[in-house]
Amino acid sequence: MFFLLNSSLRESNEFARTPFALARDPFWENYQRVWSEGEFGSYFINSLIITGGSLTLILVLALGAGFVLGRYSFKGNNVIFAFILTGMLVPAKLAILPLFIQLKWMNLLDSRLGLILVYTSAALPAAIFIMSGFFKSLPTDLDNAARIDGASEFKLLSKVLVPLVRPGMAIVAIYSAIPIWNDFFLPLVFLQSPEKKTLMQGLTVFFGQYASQWGVLFAGLCLAALPLVVLYLILSEQFIKGLTAGAVKG
Amino acid sequence: MSSALRREQNRTTGTLLIPALAVIIIFTTVPALTTLSYAFFSWDGFQRSTFAGFENFQRLFSYPYLDQLTAALRHNTIAFIVIMAFQTSFGLLLAYAMFRVKRGLRVYRVVVFLPVIFSLVVVAYLWQSLLDPYYGPINQIITGLGVPELAKPWLGDTSTALPTLMFINIWRWVGFPAIVFLAGLNAINAEYIEAARIDGASESQIFRKIMFPLLAPSLTIITVLTFIGAYEWFDLPFVIGGSNGSPAGATDTLALMFYRLSFGSIDSGANNVGVGSALGVLIFTLVGFGAAFGSALLRRREVEQ
Repeated sequence: MFFLLNSSLRESNEFARTPFALARDPFWENYQRVWSEGEFGSYFINSLIITGGSLTLILVLALGAGFVLGRYSFKGNNVIFAFILTGMLVPAKLAILPLFIQLKWMNLLDSRLGLILVYTSAALPAAIFIMSGFFKSLPTDLDNAARIDGASEFKLLSKVLVPLVRPGMAIVAIYSAIPIWNDFFLPLVFLQSPEKKTLMQGLTVFFGQYASQWGVLFAGLCLAALPLVVLYLILSEQFIKGLTAGAVKG
Repeated sequence: MSSALRREQNRTTGTLLIPALAVIIIFTTVPALTTLSYAFFSWDGFQRSTFAGFENFQRLFSYPYLDQLTAALRHNTIAFIVIMAFQTSFGLLLAYAMFRVKRGLRVYRVVVFLPVIFSLVVVAYLWQSLLDPYYGPINQIITGLGVPELAKPWLGDTSTALPTLMFINIWRWVGFPAIVFLAGLNAINAEYIEAARIDGASESQIFRKIMFPLLAPSLTIITVLTFIGAYEWFDLPFVIGGSNGSPAGATDTLALMFYRLSFGSIDSGANNVGVGSALGVLIFTLVGFGAAFGSALLRRREVEQ
């Protein structure tokens, strides 16, 4: 990893001569070229929109559904929960043909929104499963106290409980963001216009374009990994906390 | 519960649950059921023709598909066993090392998890360059060590391609069990470990007799997820070996075969949606029942803290 970062800051010809030397003079131009030449920048932004959009939708929907399933007892709760669990086992790839036809019919083919909805649907079962577990583990006294204070159910969820399930949200965010940001398969099948292409699709072209310009190539690879690394760095504390809490429950 | 609260809860249930369920039903359940229905029709390219009953399943289990199916299933099974054995034990070792380490835990936590975060496209490209038979540093190092006969086209040789892919997979994913086990270790009540230490237990005894049994819930999660991942193994073989599982089908998997049948193979271009959907149903059944059965079985072994 260090090699990757180091190499991204070196001039290509110099790299070819001594691939393992340190970058004493950071050669930032590599990053400039990656961003301005070709389509790298726009692919990057497309990926950000799609991953960000999916993540927001996943978190909002999973918070709501996890709250209801984890904290209310009502008829059909278990049935709905079991149904959602089966969704965890269905890989999106196996349903790719009908999904293609269905998206075309819904006018969502070659659209970012269509892709966001497909990703959301694929990630939601696991997200709801995780969130409902976290909601279940909170003491019920909290709800009653908030209700006595006159809070509505929405207030209870958004003001009292959401801050307490943040570790769960960190797990959901990381688990959902990694496969979505890195996916190349669904964009390959569902997106056709060149201006909508995502970064992972774009990278394959990029490899060919800069085949021997190592510095630029490595700069591109580093940039491609950057958003997830940042996300993980921000959330890792909550993430580990969440996993630990999950392990206690078993 | 007051009836006013009951009413409000019913309303909340509706508003919060229905959107999530709608998304799952429209974009997962309906397409999955449609795949199921596709398996019972005969197909002309992407055009559905007549009802075929179980004919697609019969064809999947006869020449020429049967040979591909058994080879792919064998590769998936080998991948599950090898990945499970090595990835899990390395992950556990890493977790234990991180658990014992006094300083720099934050840094290790990030380093161990980095390959998991990295995009597969990047990982595959990196390893392909490293393993390049002529210019790759790995073979250069092997030759430099004076054993040039061990320098191989690792990804191009039928006997080494699958083990190499499994190795890359393990390198990439080992951080996942490591982090899950680390969380499991952190959740163990420190008093147990303290008590054992006072009773004079050695560190290895503490690990074997106290920590390992209490990690059973983490092990259940990892086993089930590894099982699902191994039998749906697609991305890495696809990016490196292509949809044919090159070289010579040595890295073919069930999911690659499904892809070829659905979208057409590179050499013939012909596809067979019916047989492909039958295979999809087979994979789903295998993974679904395997995961459900396996997790029920493993959960019985777990001990309460």
